[in-house]
Amino acid sequence: MKTVNVMIVGVGGQGSLLASKLLGKVLVDAGYDVKVSEVHGMSQRGGSVVTYVRFGDKVASPIIDLGESDFILSFEKLEAARYAEYLSPNGRIIVNTQEIDPMPVIVGKAVYPSHVLNELESKDVALDAVDALSLAEQAGTAKAVNVVLLGRLARLLPAIPRESWLDAIRSSVKPKFVDVNLRAFDLGYSLD
Amino acid sequence: MKRLMIGNEAVARGLYEGGVRVVSSYPGTPSTEITEFLSEYRDIYTEWAPNEKVATEVAFGASLSGVRSATCMKHVGLNVAADPLFTLSYTGVNGGMVICVADDPAMHSSQNEQDSRHYAKAAKVPMLEPSDSAECLAFAKEAFNLSESFDTPVLFRLCTRIAHSQSVVETGERVAPDPIPYERKGEKFIMMPGNAKKRHPFVEERLKKLTAYAESTPLNRIEEGGKHVGIITSGTCYQYVREALGNEVSVLKLGMVWPLPVDLIRRFAESVERVVVIEELDGFIEEHCRNIGVDVDGKSIFSPVGEYSQSVVAAAFGIEPKPHVVIEDPIPARPPMMCAGCPHRGLFYTLKKNGVTTLGDIGCYTLGAQPPLAAIDSTLCMGASVSGLHGFKRGLGETGRKLKTACVIGDSTFVHSGMTGLADIAYNGSASLVVVLDNSITGMTGHQENPTTGYNIHGDPAGKIDLEALCRAMGIRRIRVVDPYDLAATDAAVKEELDADEPSVIISRRPCVLLKRVKTNPPLSVDPELCRSCKKCLSLGCPAISFRDGHAVVNDTLCTGCGVCSGLCPFHAIGGKEAAQ
Repeated sequence: MKTVNVMIVGVGGQGSLLASKLLGKVLVDAGYDVKVSEVHGMSQRGGSVVTYVRFGDKVASPIIDLGESDFILSFEKLEAARYAEYLSPNGRIIVNTQEIDPMPVIVGKAVYPSHVLNELESKDVALDAVDALSLAEQAGTAKAVNVVLLGRLARLLPAIPRESWLDAIRSSVKPKFVDVNLRAFDLGYSLD
Repeated sequence: MKRLMIGNEAVARGLYEGGVRVVSSYPGTPSTEITEFLSEYRDIYTEWAPNEKVATEVAFGASLSGVRSATCMKHVGLNVAADPLFTLSYTGVNGGMVICVADDPAMHSSQNEQDSRHYAKAAKVPMLEPSDSAECLAFAKEAFNLSESFDTPVLFRLCTRIAHSQSVVETGERVAPDPIPYERKGEKFIMMPGNAKKRHPFVEERLKKLTAYAESTPLNRIEEGGKHVGIITSGTCYQYVREALGNEVSVLKLGMVWPLPVDLIRRFAESVERVVVIEELDGFIEEHCRNIGVDVDGKSIFSPVGEYSQSVVAAAFGIEPKPHVVIEDPIPARPPMMCAGCPHRGLFYTLKKNGVTTLGDIGCYTLGAQPPLAAIDSTLCMGASVSGLHGFKRGLGETGRKLKTACVIGDSTFVHSGMTGLADIAYNGSASLVVVLDNSITGMTGHQENPTTGYNIHGDPAGKIDLEALCRAMGIRRIRVVDPYDLAATDAAVKEELDADEPSVIISRRPCVLLKRVKTNPPLSVDPELCRSCKKCLSLGCPAISFRDGHAVVNDTLCTGCGVCSGLCPFHAIGGKEAAQ
C-alpha cells in the first residue's frame, strides 16, 4: 500500500503528544510500519507545534513535506492555515474551530485572520470544521479536544476498527481519565 | 515485542541491553530523554550531573572501575566535555564507555548547529550514527563491544530527527558482562607527559585498526540499485534518500561515520557513474572522499544549513515538487513564549521598566528576549551571561558607569557554569549585578532535577546547594532574595542593587508554575466596567491576556492566577479572585 501521511498541528500544550501516541499505537497494533516525528524543547512553550505520522508497508522518511499530507488534524484554526500547504491535493483537513491568539495578535502587531477557513474553502480544500472544544467540554473536560479530533480522524481510517482505538485509550491514559476520553472519542467519531 | 520508540528511548534500551551500569548526564535537547529513559531501569545507576564535563568524567571513573558506562548530551554539551574527551582518547577505557551526542540541525532548540562529527576526527575516536530507532538500539549495544575491543571511548551521534522520531523497535535481553577487576595501570591512565607520549602512538595505531574495521563492519553497507548515481549517506539523510529516490540509485549507507572506510568508498565509487554525498551540516564525508581521491558532489548541491527532507533530495535530482495549495494571506507567527504564570515574567518586566542592559543565558528565560518584554541583549552559551557581564563592565569602564547593566541566569545553568563566572566577579571585584532566576528546576529541557532542587533524578531527596551560602562563600556581600510575583519588592531590589558599588546577587525565587507540586490560584478576570483599555497588562506578554472588543480579556483555561497583571493594572480592573501570596 501507499504510505499514508497524517499531520497533527496545534499550539504547544494542547495535547498533540497524546494524540500521536494513540494514533501510533493503533497503527502498530494493526501491523503497519509506522514512523512518528515531533520536535521537543523550546517550540513547545506555547509555540506552533507539528507532529508527523506516517504508516504503510514500509516507511522510510519520518517527516512529511509540502503537498504530501493525506490528513491534517489541526487543534486550532490559524494553525490549519499555517500548514495547509502540506496537504496533498486529495487530502482533508480536520480543524478545531477554536481560536488561540498568538503573541503578535495579543500585542496588537497582527490581527487574527478569523476568515481563514473561508479562504481554504474557496481554494477547494476539503475541510471538516469541528467545534471540538464544546464537544470536549460536553465529554467532561476542555483538555480532551485532542481525543475528540482523533475520534473524527478515526472515522476516516476505516481499516482500523473502533475497538482498537478504545483499547489504545484504555491502555494509554491514567485510569481516572479513561471514561472522559472514551466519551470524547465517541463524540468525535459520531460526527457526520 | 514490537513497539514504537523515539530514537532516544531506543538508545537507552540499547545501552541497557548492552550492560551499562553507570550513567551520568546533563540534560540538553534533543538528548535529554536518553538519560530519562535509562533512569527507569532501577538496576543501574543514573544521575544528573552539574554539567557535561563532570558527567563525562563520572562515566570515565566508572569505566576505570571496570563497568560499562555512558554519558549523554547535546552537541554544545560536547564542547563542555571536550577536555576529558581528548585525553580519554589517549587513556582508553577499562569497562566500555559510550558518549552520546545529539546534534540539532535547523536549531529547533539550540544556539548553533555545529556538526559534532568533527570531534570524532579531532579526538581520533570512533563515532556511530544510526538512522532509525531499531538502529539506535542495535548500535548502542554494539558500541560497548567496540569500546572494549579497541580500547576507546565511542561517540554515538544522533540528530533531532533520529532522537525524536518514533519507529518500530523489537527489544532483546540485557547482557551485562561482569565488571573488569580494577588494577592500577599508571602508563595507561596517568596522563603525564612521559606516559602520554607512549599513548599517542597507540591512538594512531588504533585509528588504523578502526579504519580496517570500517572496511568490513556490517555497520557500513552497500545497497545495490541503479548505477547512474551512487549515494553515500548516513543517519536521517539515508531515509530521505530512500524516500525520494527508491531503487533508482545505489547507496553506501554508513553507520560508522568516523573513521571512514577507504577501500569500501573507492570500490563503491567505481561501481557507479557518479557519486553524490548527502549529509546534513558540514561536508564531512565529502571531504574524506576528496582526500582519498574519490570525485564526489556534495555541498555544491546541498546546503550546509538546516535540515534536509525527501523533497530537498528529490529537487536535487530534478524531480518536480508535489502540487499543493498556496495561502497568500499572511499568517501571524506563533513563536514560543513564556508560559502564563511563569515566574520569570515579573523579573523581566522589572528589568525592562528600569532600562537595564541585560546579558542573558541558556534556558526558558531566553524567551525574555521576545517582544513585548524584549529584555535581553545577548545569549551566547551556558554561563556566559555572568562572565560576559564582568567583561562588559570592564569594557565600558568609567565612561559606561551610567549604563544600567545586569545578567540573568537560571538555577541549573548557574550551577552548570555560572558559578565560575561569579568567582571571577567576586575575585576581580566588578560591581556586577547577577540575577539568578531560581525556578527550582531545569525547565526548558522538560523539568529535570539539579543540585539546587534537593531531589535526584528519581525524585528522591538528595543534596541541595544553598545558593545564598554559596555566593557568600565566594565573597559576595550583597545577596537579596525576591519573589518575582511581587513587582513592588522586585523593583525596589533591582533599583538598589543597580546602584551598588560592589558585586551583588539577586535570587529571583519562585518555582516553575508547571511543576506538579506547585498549586496555582483560580483564574483572574477583567472587570470590563473598570478596564480603561490602557493595554498596560499586555506589556507583560502573558499568553493568558488578550485584547478583545475594546478591553483586556483573561483566558481562564490558561490563567494561573499569579496576580502579576493585577498588581500592574492602574485601574484595579483585574482580579475578582484572590491573587497569589
